[in-house]
Amino acid sequence: MNAVTDGAAIAPEPAARVAAPSRIRPRTGGFWRRMGRHVLRDKVALICAIVLLAIALAALFAPWIAPADPYKTSMLRRLRPPLSPGNFLGTDELGRDMLSRLLFGGRVSLAMGLTPVILATMLGGALGVMAGYFGRGINMAIMRVVDIFYAFPSVLLAVAMAGVLGAGIGNSLLSLTLVFIPPITRVAESVTTQVRNQEYVEAARATGAGPFRIIIQHVLANVTGPILTYASSLVSVAIIISSGLSFLGLGAAPPIADWGLMLNTLRQAIYVAPINAVLPGVMIFAASVSFNLLSDSMRTAMDVRA
Amino acid sequence: MHLYVLRRLLYTIPIIVGVTLVCFSFIHLAPGDPISAVLPENASAAVVAEIRKAYGFDKPLPVQYLIWLGNVVSGDFGTSIMTRRPVASEVAPAVANTALLAFSAISLSFILGIVLGLSAGFSDRRVTDRSVTAIAVTGISIPHYWLGMVLVVVFAVLLRALPATGMGPSGIDILHFGLEDLRHLVLPAITLSMIPTGIIARSVRAMVAEVRRQEFVQTLKGKGLRRGRIFLHIIKNAAPPILAIMGLQFAQLLGGSILVETVFAWPGTGFLLNSAITTRDLPLLQGTVIVLATFFVMTNLLVDIVQTFLDPRVRRA
Repeated sequence: MNAVTDGAAIAPEPAARVAAPSRIRPRTGGFWRRMGRHVLRDKVALICAIVLLAIALAALFAPWIAPADPYKTSMLRRLRPPLSPGNFLGTDELGRDMLSRLLFGGRVSLAMGLTPVILATMLGGALGVMAGYFGRGINMAIMRVVDIFYAFPSVLLAVAMAGVLGAGIGNSLLSLTLVFIPPITRVAESVTTQVRNQEYVEAARATGAGPFRIIIQHVLANVTGPILTYASSLVSVAIIISSGLSFLGLGAAPPIADWGLMLNTLRQAIYVAPINAVLPGVMIFAASVSFNLLSDSMRTAMDVRA
Repeated sequence: MHLYVLRRLLYTIPIIVGVTLVCFSFIHLAPGDPISAVLPENASAAVVAEIRKAYGFDKPLPVQYLIWLGNVVSGDFGTSIMTRRPVASEVAPAVANTALLAFSAISLSFILGIVLGLSAGFSDRRVTDRSVTAIAVTGISIPHYWLGMVLVVVFAVLLRALPATGMGPSGIDILHFGLEDLRHLVLPAITLSMIPTGIIARSVRAMVAEVRRQEFVQTLKGKGLRRGRIFLHIIKNAAPPILAIMGLQFAQLLGGSILVETVFAWPGTGFLLNSAITTRDLPLLQGTVIVLATFFVMTNLLVDIVQTFLDPRVRRA
């Protein structure tokens, strides 16, 4: 147990596992190739990758493959059950085609899950690497502020921030990013601290390379893998919380098609059309479980005891 | 040991100060003027200035913070804009209701998570290990607010076996806790227990598997110790980190129950927070967040201290 492990309560498993520099390949290119090879061999991960690719492509090409306009309402065709003629998955409470809305919903929901993690990885990664590399005062300043944000349960912080800033996609992206920066900073800091005293960093310093050059060329190449592996475990959390924010009415605003928001509006119809009301949740679950298993596979790839 | 505990205690003070700073900034992060909620629409400039002065918003920010902090420390969290009642008297019963729900959920998670994790960690059969991992991943990945809806459909709508929303008639009065209260508690507690069950099952499985691989277990086997005794040795070594994870999960539940409480209309802090947000009742929101964050910090502190007593190897700066 170290500081990383007990702080990362929102991540499914101790993150410290990824932080073993001796086993880290020297190049990021190596990281991606290694992940690719591992995923191709791991059947579960391969299926998850295919599912995610399918959801992402369906969301991307939604305007061309959706059978109907996701915003076209019809008072006559409200809450049709799935497999109705003309509406393969039925219609929602305003008579809009469920299948089309689910396809379009993937755009907002996936974006809201991925964007905060990507932003937080860049910001938290930069902060953590700086704290880990420079140590002393800079480490103190960064890590103590991070500690303060650790004093809030993650869901509470996300909901409170989004609530204060006001509903909207932008604000919920902002609050989710804020929630994910501290754990990523901690992981980045702990990995960098381990790399910083390695011999090749010493050697680079001896040749007269400045801190900026050392970080870019030597430190980053060795910490990106573990940081990305940890960040990947946050994507499924991000999808669940961001859909949760929309479910509370704090994320996407009607009439935007978003899985969380669809759950929210269909909740009133749950007694009349339970299957329709449950469908958006199936999509959220499929996306989040796939990201989780894929991230597990990445962790195993980093953790191979060679 | 005592020095470590003292240091850990002292370190909590700046954290709590930081928490109050974040909560204080909420009022000023919110779009619009903080007093707009209490102003009549056609208020004249003189009235605006008057009210600004009455609420203390005319003073410089650091002064405002110190005055506010002084009030909070003495238990005065301000007045709720919607109900006109002191925030403290709104938050207190909500915290109790949430605690009841969180305690029930975490007890369920402890039992399920430990049983699942132990059976996977000690089993040498691939099937057991795989199925426990599958259950754990499902628990972590499932959107629990959605699971709550599904449970309502199945058990309240289709089977008519359990109430869909609300809390039992006795509230948190444990002495009069009856069947009806239990019936109200079942669905939200199961829903809320999903994530911690998954996390605990995974951690127990991973810890047990790791300890089992260590050399001292081979030694114990080699000297012919009975399986039951070896089991105890493994448990003793795996327990401290697992206890820490369980403590943290409980702390997360106290603040993370907002979605479940919304689905089940459970009158706890999450429900309160949600209504504070929809009515833009900032003092109520601030008060709720401060109380929950303080509980969170204190639980973390307790977990850390208990862990140092259980496992003297854990010494952190």
